[in-house]
Amino acid sequence: MGEGTVASPVKPPQGIRPTMSHRARVDPIRLPVARTAHEDRSFWRTYIFSTDHKTIAKQYLFLALFMALLGGYLVYVMRWQLAFPDTSIPGFGFVGPETYNALTTNHGTIMVFFVAMPILLGAFGNFLIPLMIGARDMAFPRLNMLSFWILFASSLVIMSSFFVPGGAAAAGWTGYAPLSARTEYTGVNWGINLWLLAHALEFASFLMGGVNFLTTAITMRAPGMTFFRLPLLVWQQMTASVIFLLSVGPLIAGAVMLLMDRLLGTSFFVPEQGGDPLLWQHLFWFFGHPEVYVLLMPGLGAVLEVLAVFSRKSIFGYRWIIYSTISVGFLSLIVWAHHMFISGMDPRLAMPFSITTILISVPIALIVFSMILTLWKGSIRFTPPMLWALGFIVMFILGGLTGIVLGSAPVNIQVHGTYFVVAHFHTVLLSVVIFGSFTGIYFWFPKMFGRMMNVPLSNLHFLLTLIFFNLTFFPMHAVGLAGMPRRITNPLQYEFLQPVQSLNVYITLSALGLTLAQFLFLINFVWSIVAGRKAEDNPWESATLEWTAPSPPPHGNWGDTIPTVYRGPYEYSPPGVREDFLPQDLAPSARSD
Amino acid sequence: MRMAVVSEQSAPARRGKIAVWWLIASEVMIFGGALSCYILARTAGPGWSAEAAHLSAILATINTFVLLTSSMTMAMAFAAYQKADQRGVCRFLLCTILLGLAFLGIKAYEYISHIADGLAPWSGSFWSFYYLLTGLHALHVIAGIIVNIILLLAAGKGLHTGYRIEIAGLYWHFVDIVWIFLFPLLYLSY
Repeated sequence: MGEGTVASPVKPPQGIRPTMSHRARVDPIRLPVARTAHEDRSFWRTYIFSTDHKTIAKQYLFLALFMALLGGYLVYVMRWQLAFPDTSIPGFGFVGPETYNALTTNHGTIMVFFVAMPILLGAFGNFLIPLMIGARDMAFPRLNMLSFWILFASSLVIMSSFFVPGGAAAAGWTGYAPLSARTEYTGVNWGINLWLLAHALEFASFLMGGVNFLTTAITMRAPGMTFFRLPLLVWQQMTASVIFLLSVGPLIAGAVMLLMDRLLGTSFFVPEQGGDPLLWQHLFWFFGHPEVYVLLMPGLGAVLEVLAVFSRKSIFGYRWIIYSTISVGFLSLIVWAHHMFISGMDPRLAMPFSITTILISVPIALIVFSMILTLWKGSIRFTPPMLWALGFIVMFILGGLTGIVLGSAPVNIQVHGTYFVVAHFHTVLLSVVIFGSFTGIYFWFPKMFGRMMNVPLSNLHFLLTLIFFNLTFFPMHAVGLAGMPRRITNPLQYEFLQPVQSLNVYITLSALGLTLAQFLFLINFVWSIVAGRKAEDNPWESATLEWTAPSPPPHGNWGDTIPTVYRGPYEYSPPGVREDFLPQDLAPSARSD
Repeated sequence: MRMAVVSEQSAPARRGKIAVWWLIASEVMIFGGALSCYILARTAGPGWSAEAAHLSAILATINTFVLLTSSMTMAMAFAAYQKADQRGVCRFLLCTILLGLAFLGIKAYEYISHIADGLAPWSGSFWSFYYLLTGLHALHVIAGIIVNIILLLAAGKGLHTGYRIEIAGLYWHFVDIVWIFLFPLLYLSY
């Protein structure tokens, strides 16, 4: 790389005449802070329409937390209805079957696309990739701003869909055709059109974001930052971006086809007119399953960073984790039909998709074992982010195990469409979205906001979340094995579900506890931003580059020079050296040994 | 087109080129997904050939020629930029834009004559796929023309960001290649 702090003007191609108006263009990203700081910094450009990757990351974070409240409110109404069917729900009223369908659909959509992705990719990726690789900003700062505002528009669209005639989309978060393809099946017209529009904007936003992430990580690394000196989080974000870019295309085509079915009266997915409803399921899950790994990888990345720092040990198997991540990314593209074992697709396909599904647990297990071996014989510091990282390992293993069970077609066919599946994907996905996200938020909060979070409140939040998380989702496996189907409005309508109704009440009360525990975080979060103890530059004694910048980093991240990298990201307790850790930008000659 | 060594390029040129390659990768998956659906649906059901016979292979051949020529003029625009020939850049960009518009004109004529014959998107599976695939492609042609117009306006004022011609060219050639797949699959296979 070796690019300096001040940009060289764009080199003219060979043979260009000096008379051409070849104005020396200065690359603003490479300018030292002293020069960028003089640009106009009105309130709007600083806080709202900012091109600073750190501000944009915070915008993603705030948007996601707001949408999490909305998604949480929807699930509160659903759980109340399941525990005490057809009673008036405090803060909502009565729920009919049509409303319930809209609630499940939008709970799924909002939590996956407007909470998990904005936090794990939008906030973590934007904040950390430039800081960790030693860049002053993303490769395309204005595109970055556009990505966020398109997502913002998308979230406005999904929220407005609740207020149009017919109500919000009610065809499930997977939008299975023909349910989603014709208005008469759900009674919802504009709701589903807006739901599709929100997806289109969301995909556009994260496509631009993914291109930006990849270009940044490939072209903007600081001098000395080779690919195998990158922190694992950057690798994981890059792999997540690649999988997203490669898997979302067919669904974009599918969404256009669905929209044509709805608006133009074509029949791609409508069987009575020669269409194929299974085609939609293939297109949806070709994206839908890799999407799980798109969310998982940034979560894994955050946990790996935290494990190394608070074990005071180098990551076990750094390169093998990278190779495993890439294998997981590849395999995730060829497992999708395990969602469709009972859909009526050719049953001969069940075997190959079972095999790839179970195969993907091998590289995942390799990463998890590397996490455990990183802890082995480390000097573990039980800080709040470390607690969340440890919680992640335990909960992720628990959720992953039922994944292997479900990957096998014979078992899957028995429990398909029951609460066992709901319990599985909430355990495994929330271990990423809750435990992975909080690992990252508690760890990088000092860098983001320049203040420390309250430790006792953080620990209490972790403890209550861990307890209520298990009280909520563990019994759900039992309810599912008892045969309770997903997406039913009133379990009491079925005689065979009478015995598990007490468990349904129990799950609802636990889910309320889980929700209330999150307000501890919100209080801590807001209070710490305003009045937390001031954070040092490197409060956790971490070796990666983001901690060499001030807390919070100014526009441009570092002063006049960007750091030069001399070593890998995890040199903790290195042998034969007095220091506890060696930061990545520490020159070999500067060591005190 | 000059295959430049990446490390010799200026930072913005290098960033732009890498970004466009990733964009193209995702676009390949969009068209790949749609084309796979079409091929699978077509091999699964009979009666598609009779529908496909309504299409005019002659018009499509002319259109293929128009679009391929536009790729050539796009490459010549970049070659002119490398020789610092500002007038050449403008001239060849204008040619590319006009050829793109000609492609869209012929495509529009085809659409109008099909619809006049009662062959609309809702007239059966073949026509659904025909309008989906060619419509998506036409949207990409429109996007490429807009990009080229922006470059033409910029080139009129000087050439200081001429590397963008190469980046836009990558995209334009990709749109061409998509058509190379659509042409035989829709027009020639019946």
